[in-house]
Amino acid sequence: MKRDWPAQLLLPVFLLAALPFMSFSTWLTLTVAGAAMGMMLFLMASGLTLVFGLMDVITFAHGAFISLGAYVATDVVAAMPEMVASHSWAAALAVLAAALTAAILITGVSGWIFEVVIIRRVYGSHLRQILITVGGLIVAQELLVAVWGANPIPIAKPAALQGSVVIAGASIEIFRLVAVALGLAVYVCLQLVLSRTRLGLMVRAGVENIEMVEALGFRVKRLFVAVFIVGCALAGVGGVMWGIYQGLVTPAIGPEMMILVFIILIMGGMGSVGGAFVAAILVGLMTNYSGFLAPKLALGSNIVLMVVILLWRPRGLFPLVKS
Amino acid sequence: MDELLKLSGVVTHIGSYHILHGVDLSVRRGRVTMLLGRNGAGKTTTLRSIMGLWKPRAGSIVFDGTPIGTLDTPDIARLGIAYVPETMGIFSQLTVGENMKLAATTARFNAARLDDVFRFFPILKTKWNDRAGLMSGGQKQMLAVARAIVENRRLMIIDEPTKGLAPAVIDQLIACLLELKARDTTILLVEQNFHMAQSVGDDVAVMDNGRVVHTGTMAALARDTELQTRLLGLSLAAHQ
Ligand SMILES: Nc1ncnc2c1ncn2[C@@H]1O[C@H](COP(=O)(O)OP(=O)(O)O)[C@@H](O)[C@H]1O
Ligand SMILES: [Mg+2]
Repeated sequence: MKRDWPAQLLLPVFLLAALPFMSFSTWLTLTVAGAAMGMMLFLMASGLTLVFGLMDVITFAHGAFISLGAYVATDVVAAMPEMVASHSWAAALAVLAAALTAAILITGVSGWIFEVVIIRRVYGSHLRQILITVGGLIVAQELLVAVWGANPIPIAKPAALQGSVVIAGASIEIFRLVAVALGLAVYVCLQLVLSRTRLGLMVRAGVENIEMVEALGFRVKRLFVAVFIVGCALAGVGGVMWGIYQGLVTPAIGPEMMILVFIILIMGGMGSVGGAFVAAILVGLMTNYSGFLAPKLALGSNIVLMVVILLWRPRGLFPLVKS
Repeated sequence: MDELLKLSGVVTHIGSYHILHGVDLSVRRGRVTMLLGRNGAGKTTTLRSIMGLWKPRAGSIVFDGTPIGTLDTPDIARLGIAYVPETMGIFSQLTVGENMKLAATTARFNAARLDDVFRFFPILKTKWNDRAGLMSGGQKQMLAVARAIVENRRLMIIDEPTKGLAPAVIDQLIACLLELKARDTTILLVEQNFHMAQSVGDDVAVMDNGRVVHTGTMAALARDTELQTRLLGLSLAAHQ
């Protein structure tokens, strides 16, 4: 990402701007909560932004993969009652790791099937992509209900991840810190792969000019399938974390998040992982700050934020050039 | 005759437009073939059809005995064809070095080839870690050509490399192409600049209205001003 100071300063400025409206400890609690939510949103959005950037593919079915990840987590967590009840960190992390692994595998394979059966047929036509993926979403939600039932399923937080720590007078939920750490780790890994590996180079080049990447001899369509699978798996990871965070999983848990996910993609600049990262944190913070200051305006405030950013940068914070 | 690439009766549509009406063209091994013609004659469309970027509707394209008319672009490129498009196709968000790395077929550069690149275009070494999008038009064109020669390829296809460039840059490109030619590289080159066409061309094919309407040697065309006027609308001299 090029050095773009105004866009990079936005986040710190936003953080500081909220401070005068509340006490420091409240601000800190809300900021960590916002960062945690932002990280989970980033997990859901990061794959989608690459899917769009690389092949210009719009999918509305992404929310189903978030739900699927959350449902897989309910089963994995329910299957490990002793470890969930244990207060040891190792047990808690083992539960989390098991849930994440299972979700990655299952959402990854489902994503692969979805690409081959549906997405592949509608390359190049946004209208058909929208219609068919909205249809796919409805079918996927019915499938989730068929497997897990229509009733909400509770999901227990591992004991060691419950409760809070007090930092600088602010009470901070441990699970939120874990979510922040996981989101940061995924962000760093994605950026390393994109900037340091040949595969990452191909993705970045493909986002800009897919024909030229093909003319250099790379089979971009295969690469796209891989990116799509990774995107779905990351949505699954986001779903696991969001499901545990909410404590209750419904078929709508993923699709509900998609409004915010699309706001993030548009705000960050479609196709930009760095943009999605910044925008996700902004949305997480905005949701929490406004939820505290004016609870009724929580969703509306994000839309206002998006509109303001688009007035300033019509193509998002970190737009990509297509040539 | 030893033809590396042969197009016969190639018909290409772009959307609902019928652009190529049966193109016949051959490119001989170890020679530089110039594809000339007025703007809009169909030169770029011909090159894109060879690369599989437009799919021909009829006719055949054979590269070294392999029919490639229905192959996908990556598979065509993998046969050993380098393509420098009219738009250069530089990845502007990537550095110069990253652009070059993608053009190499393996993670390691061919050291001798990289030396060649830096000898032809020293500026690319200086700018190696800069974002390619920040370079001038001439430097971008050098990078585009450099990507095509960083590997040993069997055919180079280059679309109007001198368009909009300063004379000094054009001379650099000519020097590069002359050296490649001296090493028996096979090149299919679209060019409006006649100084360049005359300097490097062996064979020539002239297109008009989606067909090849004349083939011969560059030398013969360069001598025949009447033919030039008829085919190209202008004489070579007027272009210089
Ligand atoms: N993407 C396109 N859509 C429609 N028509 C096109 C497109 N690209 C080129 N053409 C038309 O095809 C004809 C040949 O174009 P082109 O191959 O670019 O010519 P040249 O390279 O010889 O100048 C022109 O009439 C041009 O207007
Ligand atoms: Mg052209």
